[in-house]
Amino acid sequence: MTTATLSPRKLQMSVIGPILALVILIILGALMNPNFLSAGNISNVLSRSAFIGIIAVGMTFVITAGGLDLSVGSMAAFVAGLMILVMNTALPVMGVGIPIVLLGMAVALAAGLIAGLLNGLLITRLGIEAFIVTLGSMGIYRSLVTWLADGGTLSLDFTLRTFYQPVYYGGLFGVSWPIIVFAIVVICGELLMRSTAFGRHCAAIGSNDQVARYSSVRVARIRLLTYVMLGILVGVATIMYVPRLGSASSATGLLWELEAIAAVIVGGTALKGGFGRVWGTVIGVLILTLIGNILNLTDLVSPYLNGAIQGAIIILAVVLQRERKPGQ
Amino acid sequence: MKRILSALALSTALVTPAFAQDTQVIGVSIPAATHGWAGGMNYFAQAAITRLEETYPELDFVLATASDPARQVNDIEDMLATRNISALVVLPFESEPLTGPVQNVANAGVWVTVVDRGLSVDGIEDLYVAGDNPGFGRVSGEYMASMMPDGGDIVVLRGIPTTIDNERVAGFEEAIEGSGINILGMEHGNWNRDTSFEVMQDFLSRHSQIDAVWASDDDMAIGVLAAIEAAGRDDIQFVLGGAGMKEMVQRVMEGDTMIPANVTYPPSMIATAIEVTALGVVSQTPVSGEFIIGSVLVTQDNAEQFYFPDSPF
Repeated sequence: MTTATLSPRKLQMSVIGPILALVILIILGALMNPNFLSAGNISNVLSRSAFIGIIAVGMTFVITAGGLDLSVGSMAAFVAGLMILVMNTALPVMGVGIPIVLLGMAVALAAGLIAGLLNGLLITRLGIEAFIVTLGSMGIYRSLVTWLADGGTLSLDFTLRTFYQPVYYGGLFGVSWPIIVFAIVVICGELLMRSTAFGRHCAAIGSNDQVARYSSVRVARIRLLTYVMLGILVGVATIMYVPRLGSASSATGLLWELEAIAAVIVGGTALKGGFGRVWGTVIGVLILTLIGNILNLTDLVSPYLNGAIQGAIIILAVVLQRERKPGQ
Repeated sequence: MKRILSALALSTALVTPAFAQDTQVIGVSIPAATHGWAGGMNYFAQAAITRLEETYPELDFVLATASDPARQVNDIEDMLATRNISALVVLPFESEPLTGPVQNVANAGVWVTVVDRGLSVDGIEDLYVAGDNPGFGRVSGEYMASMMPDGGDIVVLRGIPTTIDNERVAGFEEAIEGSGINILGMEHGNWNRDTSFEVMQDFLSRHSQIDAVWASDDDMAIGVLAAIEAAGRDDIQFVLGGAGMKEMVQRVMEGDTMIPANVTYPPSMIATAIEVTALGVVSQTPVSGEFIIGSVLVTQDNAEQFYFPDSPF
């Protein structure tokens, strides 16, 4: 099954399925509102896809290796809260400038790494189900951010926020930074998945970890690395997220974990592991973001039904690639 | 268990020997601080309890915060079973699931004060303290109409689809009727900064001329302002939020033209409920009935009275 998908046969439904869904959505959007294809709207959609997108790339590796991480949304909220606290505390000493922003970024990356490492260690060393470990850490991080914010909202100091803002709103040659960082993460992820031993080991562990172990793949270490990598990417996403509104609260990153997992699956990665596709994940993220964008740009359906439309399109996008299991 | 309880009673007796005989316990059950407004409400509940415990040594308070309706039911059942409360102040997470348990408390002869969200059966509570949602919408609408005497095009961000949100929007629509104000679009921003940021970005892509925004909540107003600023649009004259978040009240106070006003829906209404209930327990003052806290328009002239720098909201 897996080898059939990997072989270079042309025009497989599993490959064109997600692309087809994306193209249909883009055509629909363009027909409904002339502003849909404007540079401003495209830039908005891509920038807001970046948070979930960066996280979803990491999630692709975790799921490919047969794991799951439900804690990423809470983790992002916690890392954002911690980053804001540290930057506000350091402000009187360091003043507004590049060093304090770099400090904030370092805190985010380190916090993400440690959080991912903790998840990974509990899963691989203690052998607890990934679902349970990350369900637990999801609750822990969500409570911690509420506690840090004293039930309210943590806000970055105003002058600091103004200084840091270009990291979300600015860019190079008219392309905003979140889009650039997202693109770099995707390219690295795609190379890592396709052309390195790490990527192949992830797939091997996901399809059968016993066989992988007998083939001298260091199963526990590879699995641990996927969670650490996801943690770091949550840190990267947070670095892009904080300058947008300069605040974090218990409502930050709510349901991001489900959106990231949905994007990975819509993109053609197998939920049970063994096969992963980073570029597919990108398509998945774009599909999810575009649905919300198109619904906002039109009055076609009652806003109460937005969730239903989203659900239907997610299922449809997966139905379109059903050919992947011809034996059934 | 019995030993622990008697030990507890003993320690209370040691701390307040004079009043140990007739200490009355008031239970306070509220939702946990899951968003800004609820955070403020938690803060004001704590503050009221601290103040009242100092003022009335004969009163003892039990505060429980719940993160979902089922836990709130457990909290209330525990209070009745183990703490022997003489009054309960409850802000129900949701009306339906809390109605039965609160009715049991009332049937046990305990004074019941319900705050903000009513129960689904009338006549259970002795005292009802609440904000005025239709009034919140009406005051906002009247302000919009007064700011735009010649009419204009606005967009509206709504909260999480609930009765509260429907009542506010209905009040608002009624108030702007015939004023020439035209609502270009309404979408749900779910009382969330990130969602409102994205909804407002899309409103800006969709409409080339927007005169004003009714964000209907301060968290949503923050998202809206960021989206307008990022798009560099200058057609929007002002954004009207609501609920009285301290950062926004401060901007009103400083005369920010984008944020000329605010409409209150005070989270401190929980303090009103606790104070009035305590008054009823310690004295013979009659306090049963309804206490509706009106939504007030905050402008630069009166903003100072509504600015609470210590509150998290």
